[in-house]
Amino acid sequence: MRKAFVDTLCQLACDDPRIMLLTGDLGYMALEPFRERFPQRFLNAGVAEQNMIGVATGLADAGFRPYAYSIAPFASLRPFEFIRNGPVVHKLPVRIVGMGAGFEYGYSGRTHYGLEDIGVLRTLPGLTLVIPADSAQAAAAIRETRDLPGPVYYSLGKDDTISVPGLNGRFELGKAQVVREGRDIALVAMGSICQEAVIGAGKLAGYGIEATVVVVSSFHPDPEDDLAHILAPFRHAISVEAQTVSGSLGALVATVIATRGLACCLHVLGVRTASDGTSGVQMERWRKYGLDGDSILAAALCAVRQGL
Amino acid sequence: MSLPARCYDKHSREGDSFVGHDISPKQVRRIILSQSRRASVGHIGSCLCVVEILSALYSSVLRAASPDDPDRDRFILSKGHAGLALYASLVLRGWLDEAALETFCGENTLFAVHPEVGVPGVDFSTGSLGQGLSIACGAALAARLQASRRRVFCLISDGELNEGSTWEAAMFAAHHRLSNLHAIIDCNGQQALGRTSDIMGTSNLAERWKAFGWRTQEVDGHSVPQLVAALAAPSAGERPHIVVAKTVFGKGVSYMERGIPVTQTHLPVQPVNWHYLPMSEHEYWLAMEELEQSN
Repeated sequence: MRKAFVDTLCQLACDDPRIMLLTGDLGYMALEPFRERFPQRFLNAGVAEQNMIGVATGLADAGFRPYAYSIAPFASLRPFEFIRNGPVVHKLPVRIVGMGAGFEYGYSGRTHYGLEDIGVLRTLPGLTLVIPADSAQAAAAIRETRDLPGPVYYSLGKDDTISVPGLNGRFELGKAQVVREGRDIALVAMGSICQEAVIGAGKLAGYGIEATVVVVSSFHPDPEDDLAHILAPFRHAISVEAQTVSGSLGALVATVIATRGLACCLHVLGVRTASDGTSGVQMERWRKYGLDGDSILAAALCAVRQGL
Repeated sequence: MSLPARCYDKHSREGDSFVGHDISPKQVRRIILSQSRRASVGHIGSCLCVVEILSALYSSVLRAASPDDPDRDRFILSKGHAGLALYASLVLRGWLDEAALETFCGENTLFAVHPEVGVPGVDFSTGSLGQGLSIACGAALAARLQASRRRVFCLISDGELNEGSTWEAAMFAAHHRLSNLHAIIDCNGQQALGRTSDIMGTSNLAERWKAFGWRTQEVDGHSVPQLVAALAAPSAGERPHIVVAKTVFGKGVSYMERGIPVTQTHLPVQPVNWHYLPMSEHEYWLAMEELEQSN
């Protein structure tokens, strides 16, 4: 999605002189196209994420549309209070880009994992969260949210090759997208890991279980109505996210089920344990934490056969 | 570059002859004391020590036709706990109705201890220390990119220098040569639990900021002429500008300056008392009497 982000931003910046790109000194072999085309609108703010968000706040107040880029935890957790007291409090169109969602930074280790950004930032009403599942959806989402008057946080994967079958670049703020339909169980996923939900659904079909796969790509507005409508016929649902389970996708789905009075039992797949200090490639991390296609398959079989 | 996004450049500064507004420090202090007493809140010492700085800014430095003039100079009170001093200055500048201050620290008020952007004349909400200078950097950078002559002023406290983010902003401003950025340090030597020299020393402040690439000046923070001379002069050179203003915590009320809790005798004598304490009725009248007898 990184290439999709930069390419899309370059296209938008051609027509919109308000757009600036700020980086916390990251983005090697990624941000160069923007820097080369718009050198006066590119700003390396240094390894100083708090200040970068403060600067973006001042720029946005004056009419600019600053996109502030860093690795997910550095873009979200380090400057959290600057985000709250800056663009959120002042309702300014600052765009924050957290790169490397979930376990994508693999061997870089746990300091670089983006496992809490959505849960933490979801505590801020007024901050729209966008979590695309693949590059095509990322491009659509960046375009659709360009003119939102308030701040936006984008959680983007680095991998430009991921493509979620059936999604076809669809994005609508506050809506959920169904990429596969089945009648036995609903799989609700968010971010790059949506591909694993689709894989899991494919494997479930081999067991005669048909799964609906739902992609959630935004919070604030939350796709509550869509989820309530989609989940209404199901007795079983599984949420899948490369995030800690507190406050993120699983929490949203649980809230919808509870507050809409749905007769649906939810199994939340996400990171539940504190890091043991180990690191590894994303796929192996997904497997370790029970989030890959096989783990989703196992959870779904358990849910359907044993009534969860 | 073709970046201007709003209408700033339509506003020529030519002919925008800045006419000084009569904002007397004594009047500012009168409002601070009366509203602090009415609302029975603290932070009085922190407000009193920046009175001359705000009087200088709002009488003779900030160029602004109105609080929502898009090309006005910006002011950020990074030490947001002196919000009442800012409100008082805005009243005397004519941008706020003094009657509105009757809601200060009342229920459902916009006038909290720390200023909110919804108040006319408050450019940015503040209150969490160490954030204002970063926003000021963005505002100053925006002005330059938009080829606007507007300047940005930011008042920070010496205690606030404990925050690492302040130094992130200090480096950023110098690196990007934000000469339209003017910071003022309220150097009162006090922070929340004691003296700055005892908690995290801030000696040689001018030298420190100079080493960070700033143009520095040291002034008496209670001399309006010195403050105006330092701040009203046009931005110069390529360096951001900082004025180290030596102030006295609780300035103008001698028992506050000396840290004496007049009627709360169970407390020790220490200047930090008047970071927190509200005034009793007796203390209020003592303060007002001293104020009225002062020049």
